[in-house]
Amino acid sequence: MSIENKEFKPKIVAFCCNWCSYAGADLAGSSRLAYPADVKIIRVPCSCRVNPMFILRAFEKGADGVIMCGCHPGDCHYSTGNYYARRRMTLLFSMLDYIGVENGRTRVEWVSAAEGVKFSDTMNSFVEKIYSLGENVRLGDLRCKN
Amino acid sequence: MQELVNRAKELLADGTVARVLGWKVGDLPYNPEPAYFENAESLADFVYNGFCGANLSKYMIEASKLEGKTLVFLKPCDTYSFNQLLKEHRVDREKAYIVGVGCKGKLDIEKIRTMGIKGIESIEGAELSDAAEELKIQTIYGEKTCAYKDAMLERCHVCKGKEHQVYDELIGESKETKDADRFAEIERIEAMSPEEKFAFFQNELSKCIRCNACRNVCPACSCRKCVFDSAKFDSEQKANADTFEEKMFHIIRAFHVAGRCTDCGECSRVCPQGIPLHLFNRKFIKDIDELYGEYQAGEDTESKAPLTNFTFDDAEPSIVGKRG
Amino acid sequence: MQRLGVFVCHCGSNIAATVDVSKVAEMALKEPGVVHAEDYQYMCSEAGQAKIAEAIKEKNLTGIVVCSCSPRMHEATFRNAAERAGLNPYMVEIANIREHCSWIHKDMKEATEKAVILMRAAIAKVNLNTPLQPGESRVTKRALVIGGGIAGIQTALDIADAGYEVDIVEKTPSIGGRMSQLDKTFPTLDCSACILTPKMVEAAAHEKIQIYTYSEVENVSGFVGDFTVDIRKKARHVDMDKCTGCGLCQEKCPSKKTANEFNRGLNTRSAIYTPFAQAIPNVPVIDCDSCIKFKTGKCGICAKVCQAGAIDYEQQDEIVTQKYGAIVVATGFDTIHLDQYDEYAYSQSKDVITSLELERVMNAAGPTHGHLERLSDGKAPKEMVFIQCVGSRCSDDRGKPYCSKICCMYTAKHAMLIRDKYPDVNVTVFYIDVRTPGKNFDEFYRRAVEQYGVNYIKGQVGKVIPQPNGKLLVQGADLLDNKQILKEADMVVLATAIEPNPDVRKIATMLTASIDTNNFLTEAHAKLRPVESPTAGIFLSGVCQGPKDIPETVAQAGAAAVKAIGLLAKDKLMTNPCTAKSDQLLCNGCSTCANVCPYGAITYEDVEVNDHGIREVRRIAEVNNALCQGCGACTVACPSGAMDLQGFSNRQIIAEVDAICR
Repeated sequence: MSIENKEFKPKIVAFCCNWCSYAGADLAGSSRLAYPADVKIIRVPCSCRVNPMFILRAFEKGADGVIMCGCHPGDCHYSTGNYYARRRMTLLFSMLDYIGVENGRTRVEWVSAAEGVKFSDTMNSFVEKIYSLGENVRLGDLRCKN
Repeated sequence: MQELVNRAKELLADGTVARVLGWKVGDLPYNPEPAYFENAESLADFVYNGFCGANLSKYMIEASKLEGKTLVFLKPCDTYSFNQLLKEHRVDREKAYIVGVGCKGKLDIEKIRTMGIKGIESIEGAELSDAAEELKIQTIYGEKTCAYKDAMLERCHVCKGKEHQVYDELIGESKETKDADRFAEIERIEAMSPEEKFAFFQNELSKCIRCNACRNVCPACSCRKCVFDSAKFDSEQKANADTFEEKMFHIIRAFHVAGRCTDCGECSRVCPQGIPLHLFNRKFIKDIDELYGEYQAGEDTESKAPLTNFTFDDAEPSIVGKRG
Repeated sequence: MQRLGVFVCHCGSNIAATVDVSKVAEMALKEPGVVHAEDYQYMCSEAGQAKIAEAIKEKNLTGIVVCSCSPRMHEATFRNAAERAGLNPYMVEIANIREHCSWIHKDMKEATEKAVILMRAAIAKVNLNTPLQPGESRVTKRALVIGGGIAGIQTALDIADAGYEVDIVEKTPSIGGRMSQLDKTFPTLDCSACILTPKMVEAAAHEKIQIYTYSEVENVSGFVGDFTVDIRKKARHVDMDKCTGCGLCQEKCPSKKTANEFNRGLNTRSAIYTPFAQAIPNVPVIDCDSCIKFKTGKCGICAKVCQAGAIDYEQQDEIVTQKYGAIVVATGFDTIHLDQYDEYAYSQSKDVITSLELERVMNAAGPTHGHLERLSDGKAPKEMVFIQCVGSRCSDDRGKPYCSKICCMYTAKHAMLIRDKYPDVNVTVFYIDVRTPGKNFDEFYRRAVEQYGVNYIKGQVGKVIPQPNGKLLVQGADLLDNKQILKEADMVVLATAIEPNPDVRKIATMLTASIDTNNFLTEAHAKLRPVESPTAGIFLSGVCQGPKDIPETVAQAGAAAVKAIGLLAKDKLMTNPCTAKSDQLLCNGCSTCANVCPYGAITYEDVEVNDHGIREVRRIAEVNNALCQGCGACTVACPSGAMDLQGFSNRQIIAEVDAICR
């Protein structure tokens, strides 16, 4: 991974559903599959628990990227949660894109409990993307910055 | 207009309704306001003309809690909002006696002012009975005229149609006023670069004074207590203090009514700063139509709303980046 | 204000090697509300748990954060420890500084910084935790077993023997599964039917077991302890109560050209059929796609010849709805399609067969009555070639990446049986590796080589070319001698990879049980909970979980039964208290939440509320805590934020976001 801006340490929030993606992250850990420490995971029961307001809140407080991971469509522990999450996130991301927030700052990936490799690969590529985009200035709350 | 008043008096007199919800004359010729009329005498102040843009459906939430039926005058586009409220159990159909009123397009005083017409004393040609071709405006500088069409609200140029979706009876003729593409402006913005988009919305939203008029007028934004009032999300804030808030406020506002917004255009009509707020709501509508199939909120009271529905093959969120 | 304690685990060197644990503890003390912080070698040990208990009591802690491994590992341990010390178990939060930190970062400074942030997020969350009390739900003392092969039969027998009612749902007309198709079994070479049939009979005769054959699970709702399942009993068109199993209908049926599934399509059967002689129940079904009566309306011979009057052309599918406390999946496997492996000429020559087809050929009830012969011309083969790993251990997407596990052993079995019965037949096996872990397995393989003279060649076959003389030219490589091999064979047998039954995906979706990339059902823990699905109340038996042979399948079937019995033995289950809750003063009764609830847990009631002095009757959402599983879909759908999730509230998650972005 090429990191051009060594000074820039992005803040990246990852929402992971308890049943698939959080377990996928655990598997990435127990398999020692590294990804940058910039990623901090918040455990939620299901991707459908992720309120768009949480994502906006993260950006407001200075996050440079927000990623949401859930079970693959069809495999949701709660049957249908990720389907609702998928629509919500699609519309939210489209709106952020529409008002000029770089699309690469938001992502949804479906990661199963067995996909430690995919989890680590996803985080590596997402962090790389955030490094290439640099600091998030378009959605941040200026009061939080020095 | 007299027909509406006469019918209202009849319905009050025979006890069908306990009150009338309509518009009464304002302090200026172009600002009538929503009002309840409890008796025949008070109907002397009743008015219905091209400036009665206000959508009365939201008032029916409170009216549904009152004793007896309320006669409410709804324009074709207002009936979508009423249906949506019905679907969400916010209004009681049994408590409403809906008179669907004709509409020939509603007027935007700001457009008239932009034409340089100031010092307005009276306006002719805005009555329902008029042909809606031309407005004659008496000003302190003399008589001015303008085409009715040129003074119409943006929403009337993309009118959803003359049909009332729900009513008990209909009074008055409506006119087809649609002459523009509903999504043209959205497409223009979508085609911009991220920098241009950001600059466009930064410019528009920086005018926001967080007066909450858009929120309070919106018939879809009907919660008794809104997320912007409660401590549940740490989102209760009043003042417009910095660049974040205006963006976040409007994204959240629009997201909360996504799939429920009927595109009635009230938010843009009431904004004292003239921000085209419907551009947010309509973006969601366009995305929903494109990704999940055409959907018009308020067209019926049974269908599943797009955000409470799904298919296995729904587009992935990554489509946002791929569509360009 | 909460009084919080923070406990940082070294996990030996697992955490301490890359995270400065004492620094994390030191930083914890700077957080508001934290009155106690310490680090210890193994927090999950008895001594570690004692430290937590001691601190809770001594410092009157109202909440604790444990910085340790994943909450999926030890959240329950620490909650129990807290509860024993008198603290509500839901006042415990875990900061995952092992899987999500120490194990993936090498730089001590970086990992320590991250651990501190994860700790702060957990502190921010626990600050907003409220004590929660689990509710109770009842357990229906009846189990459902999906699949009637050896796995399903064994599980059902074990559960029934423990005294609980069990229903087996089997898709095909008879129980028995794949094992009923096998001729002999390794490594003892006993006859498969001879050891399976008694089990089938026992299951059928067991007073606690109800068998639904020719039936499928149509819908599953509910949750652990209280599932409601719709079972579709497909119309057999034969009355189960009247039929005597005489077989006359099958004999007289004029439509006899349907591929016989039981014999892998190697011969044909009648339209009205029982799949095999020992079928249970011994009641035929009418295959409507082949039946002349159903296709043309004319015929009806079976009805005429049936003395019992059991034929019923009007019979309709029937839906049986039943409640269960536990569900065991035992859906088994099939062999993969060989469309992608045409180099082995499977589609071109009748003499290229799969190993499962060879089982039928070798079986006395099979298409050749047990005589080893070429299916093209009926001649006895002289040269036989076995090709291993066809579609197994495959690195491209033509086949499967996994080892099918059983092929090495059944090929040794086939080779040995052939050499034993037909000593003049030469048998050659092309293999990548011979894998024979298992009791008496390697001895068995060596017997094939040493005692029976089976020719094993390490190397793969590139191509099988049918010759004009009817023989098959096998082009292979001998990797040990490093030479090309050209061999003329009379028959080629492909050790075809096995894959989970294709229906399992549909069933997994109904059960909300997770499935891996190869369609095997996922275990709750690969090592420690291998027979449980992550979805509570769902258990795994047999090959649906991964490739395995008969002894392993039977062992796992028993294990799954024990887990199911453990559940059924309980009268009540504690329910997850992390359920949704609606705030009466914020709820607008709009029904949006109910529209997204997958459990039907939300209903609306007219409730009189007192909203700051305004008394009125409002339509308010009510959550049934026994039904709610705590997914949170409703909380986001709710426009006013009235619906919130206990244990994962809006404010808790926002506090975590804020702590991370601080």
